[in-house]
Amino acid sequence: METAKSPAKEEWSENKHTDYIYMVSGNRLVVSMNAELDHHLADEMRDVIDNVIDERGVRHLIFDFSKIGFMDSSGIGLIMGRYKKLKDIGSISIAGANESIQRIILISGLHKLVHTYDDIGQAAKNIEK
Amino acid sequence: MKNKADNSMEIIFDAKSENESFARVVAAAFCTRLDPTVEEIADIKTAVSEAVTNSIVHGYDGREGQILMRCSIVDRDVIIEIEDEGVGIENVERAMEPLYTTKPEQERSGMGFSFMEAFMDELKVTSGKNSGTTVTMKKRIGVEN
Repeated sequence: METAKSPAKEEWSENKHTDYIYMVSGNRLVVSMNAELDHHLADEMRDVIDNVIDERGVRHLIFDFSKIGFMDSSGIGLIMGRYKKLKDIGSISIAGANESIQRIILISGLHKLVHTYDDIGQAAKNIEK
Repeated sequence: MKNKADNSMEIIFDAKSENESFARVVAAAFCTRLDPTVEEIADIKTAVSEAVTNSIVHGYDGREGQILMRCSIVDRDVIIEIEDEGVGIENVERAMEPLYTTKPEQERSGMGFSFMEAFMDELKVTSGKNSGTTVTMKKRIGVEN
């Protein structure tokens, strides 16, 4: 279903400010943040992620936190929203979250809904199983 | 709060989402002379981020406006006030209930006030319909809880 204008399957797509980049590989989408995940970035990413999920038949979504050190409740809202979208057909994983972000994930109860991994490699390996 | 502050600052900025990171970084930087731990800095950044986001999303609801952030240090306490002149909160008690949100369609998690309460030592919310909102938070730095 690829059109001529679509990026190659393993190519990273960057938005104009490179606050985040994403890569689709098969039915897996990796979103890698370069800016702190707050209300500003969540609003910027929401529609883009949903469009990629719908258009590319994504089932498994991995959020890569390895380059950032901050997330607030707006990030929780963003992840919860994608969880609702994918829970029946796939999974949500969180990779590379530092201690502060892990604390937010724990306090919010998000750890009960998503898988957490040390890095995206580990997350990808577990999704393949 | 009646004690004279050892140090204080205030800034006024536009209620735009790109200023959320600006506000929390400024607040965190202001506290550094108390030599906070990484965890304490993260707590302050999260609490400020939640309060400022509330002003933008709920207080002004996308309209133009300004937010005042006042920070002061008294002994080892950091006191942070975030004030807006937005629509205000009719029922503060209800707004502070965990998971309560008036904007589920915008994927607001309803955890903002819970996070402020969890990460700071004291939280006071003063608001009323059409009279803006002031959130006052206090955290003691460098003291094991």
